[in-house]
Amino acid sequence: MKSFNIYMTGVGGQGIGLLSEVLSKAFFKLGKNVKAVDTHGLAQRGGTVISQLRAGEIIFSPLISPHEADLVLSLERLETLRGIADMLKNGGKAIYYDAAFQTIDNRLGNDTYPTVTDLESVASKKDIKIIRVFRENLHDSRMQNIILLKELAHSDWIEGFTIELIDNILKEILSPKVYEKNEKLLKD
Amino acid sequence: MNQFARNLIRKDSWSDMMMGNYAVARAMFETGVRVATTYPGSPVPEIANAILTVPEDHRDLYFQYSTNEKVALEVAFGASINGHLSTVFFKSVGLNVAADSAIQLGLLNLIGGMVIILGDDPGAHSSQNEQDNRHFARQSYIPMFEPATPTEAYQMFKEAVKISRKYQAPVFMRLTTHVCHAKERIRFAEIPEHPSDWTSQFNRHNGPYLPITKDVFPLKKKALGRLEELEKYAEQCHFNKILSNAPTKAGIITSSMPILSLQENLLESGASIDILKLGFSYPWPKGKVLDFLKSHDEVLILEELDRILEQEIKSLAFDENIQCKIYVRKTGDDLMGELLPHRTWKILSDFWPALFPPKRKPEQELIVGKRVPQMCPGCGHRSAFHAIKKALPDGTITVGDIGCHSLGFFKPYFMGEALLSMGHSNGTGAGLSIRNKDRKVLTFIGDSTFFHAGIPGIINAIMNNHNMTLVIMENGTTAMTGHQPHAGTGEIGDKISIQKLLEAIGVKFLSRVDTYKQSELTQHIKDAMEFEGFAVVIASHPCMLKFTRIQRQKPNYKQHHVHIDQNICNKTYECIEKFGCPSFTKHNDGHVAINEDLCIGDGSCIQTCPVTAINHANKEDKK
Ligand SMILES: Cc1ncc(C[n+]2csc(CCOP(=O)(O)OP(=O)(O)O)c2C)c(N)n1
Repeated sequence: MKSFNIYMTGVGGQGIGLLSEVLSKAFFKLGKNVKAVDTHGLAQRGGTVISQLRAGEIIFSPLISPHEADLVLSLERLETLRGIADMLKNGGKAIYYDAAFQTIDNRLGNDTYPTVTDLESVASKKDIKIIRVFRENLHDSRMQNIILLKELAHSDWIEGFTIELIDNILKEILSPKVYEKNEKLLKD
Repeated sequence: MNQFARNLIRKDSWSDMMMGNYAVARAMFETGVRVATTYPGSPVPEIANAILTVPEDHRDLYFQYSTNEKVALEVAFGASINGHLSTVFFKSVGLNVAADSAIQLGLLNLIGGMVIILGDDPGAHSSQNEQDNRHFARQSYIPMFEPATPTEAYQMFKEAVKISRKYQAPVFMRLTTHVCHAKERIRFAEIPEHPSDWTSQFNRHNGPYLPITKDVFPLKKKALGRLEELEKYAEQCHFNKILSNAPTKAGIITSSMPILSLQENLLESGASIDILKLGFSYPWPKGKVLDFLKSHDEVLILEELDRILEQEIKSLAFDENIQCKIYVRKTGDDLMGELLPHRTWKILSDFWPALFPPKRKPEQELIVGKRVPQMCPGCGHRSAFHAIKKALPDGTITVGDIGCHSLGFFKPYFMGEALLSMGHSNGTGAGLSIRNKDRKVLTFIGDSTFFHAGIPGIINAIMNNHNMTLVIMENGTTAMTGHQPHAGTGEIGDKISIQKLLEAIGVKFLSRVDTYKQSELTQHIKDAMEFEGFAVVIASHPCMLKFTRIQRQKPNYKQHHVHIDQNICNKTYECIEKFGCPSFTKHNDGHVAINEDLCIGDGSCIQTCPVTAINHANKEDKK
């Protein structure tokens, strides 16, 4: 059986770490073999942050080869495009939280920041199923990852990955105070 | 103590998903390491984070952040010759700093045992180069383990301790970035009882520990003899093993991470090729390698970075007149970066195209704009760069150093145009200033780097009265590697004041200013640059990432931000083009808005707007 490869991406400080922690625990609880790897260090200063996860029967390397991700989960629009362009296979799937963090070159006018339509047209060319999520007035931007996880559960793209499972894992890994806030959002 | 810490020191056996660095910390508790030291650096700082989750009164393991890697290694050495099992860990280039002492260790009897963990960084993900520290094992006669997975990192650390104690020798464990940060399920063993015995066992008769001339040869002889013993160990070490389904004519000798890529490729192609995996890679087992060469018609040596095993194994084959064809990586490109699965496929297909048919490179039709790392919103370094730039005469040469302020080299500041290593700036700056009448020289250094390796360059500048200005970018922490304490933070011991220290060593022009007071800082720099001789300005502001994280823990935390009055803004774009805070968003119609997810409301940008269109969103925020 082939492995299932998830490529997670965003910008430093957005909470990719929690996203990957929840997913790796989830596969673990679903009885799958998992290997994962996060970026640490320099990239956290406003750069692209990546986390990779591979689940399946036999997994050796935690690293996904270019164009071999089955699923891209992203917390930022430009990084979604990058994830799709570099890592997602044709016919793959993507869910992204539509936070927009311009780069310095966008602000200086050297580069244009992609629109939602840009993303959709790239997705359709590559036969990719793409879901955009966004929550108006989310009071804490660090909980965008919860909205993304919620959407992933609703999508049914990972068998057994349910709201209840996410809830159990969050309870395990977060302090009671932080958990309470996240739980509310997860179940609203 | 949180759950993570309780697990780290629990006595019974357990299993969970664990990152390599954390697994190594567990191995320290299982083996009864008594003294652990470090200076922070990627990819290994999480080992320290893990140890520090356990409060001091719950562990018999003494841990310290030392001022630099050399000191860290010496502290671990001192502990070991006093009978205590010790370990030191740091990043790849940290070994360059520690080398002067590290090179001696292989000659000495470390009665307590000592494991040196190196965090090498193939691919240079967070380092200034991708130096291959396997060379140093050869140069220093120190044996080396090379784990490929978190599980092996955990197991090999324990084995390294055993070997180190048995031979009273230092042992290297060379981790690489994606071994440190990979996560997998690991089963941990029990923690045996380790009697708490801090009796001082130093005795010069265990030595000599003093390499006076007459002892240099005997010591070296002993080190070489020890290597011979260790080669015998390598022959039966279970980390050096053959992986084979059924004996094949083709074989591959490999070590560390590339084995995972290789196994992925074998799985994909369905090919069967014998693998000799060298987990204990120096000194490697000559007998085993020789047998492997003799029993195969063709053998590929697959290693990451430099041609070390390739050359050593080829020389053995030459001496032994081996008929087996030996393949090595074909191009210089293969000596660069990590051997990821797809790159390994390409190497394999160079030699066995039928088994690994060349893959077409997927055409890259989409070019996605780069995202260069930037200083955080509110970062005091940004205010400093903005203010300093205004003070510099045309042609000023700016010399950077290591830390978050290295990012000043990028757009829009372009400051800090030369960089070698931690603490280099004042030596390099001095060289640039010699008989230089045309151009001024300005150097930077961070506060952790100041204590790490900055002081000798500064003393040199005072001693030789070099005509240059040093800006100390003081943010009260070792920011870039994750906010570790240093001698100037007061988190460990009494705070050492950089200002007082510089006064004491006779800096004649010395001033200190908060970087948020930008026009004052500009003036200080102008004055310093006019001063004939060595001048220092301490440009100070606490790290705002650290500060904001602490604020967020507080119960009534509210995110603050600034606001742009669109009626006042006249689109000169000083905020974007010169100040360059990532919290600004420029919209298609040209108007600038605040990204409230990013802005922390520090207000350091307010003073940069020529028409004062920027203001605090809440009036109360003006403190
Ligand atoms: C010899 C060596 N050790 C460690 C590092 C890792 N390192 C990179 S940036 C940095 C932080 C420097 O801190 P500081 O000088 O206070 O600057 P800041 O990041 O706080 O601005 C360190 C330790 C390195 N690059 N080289």
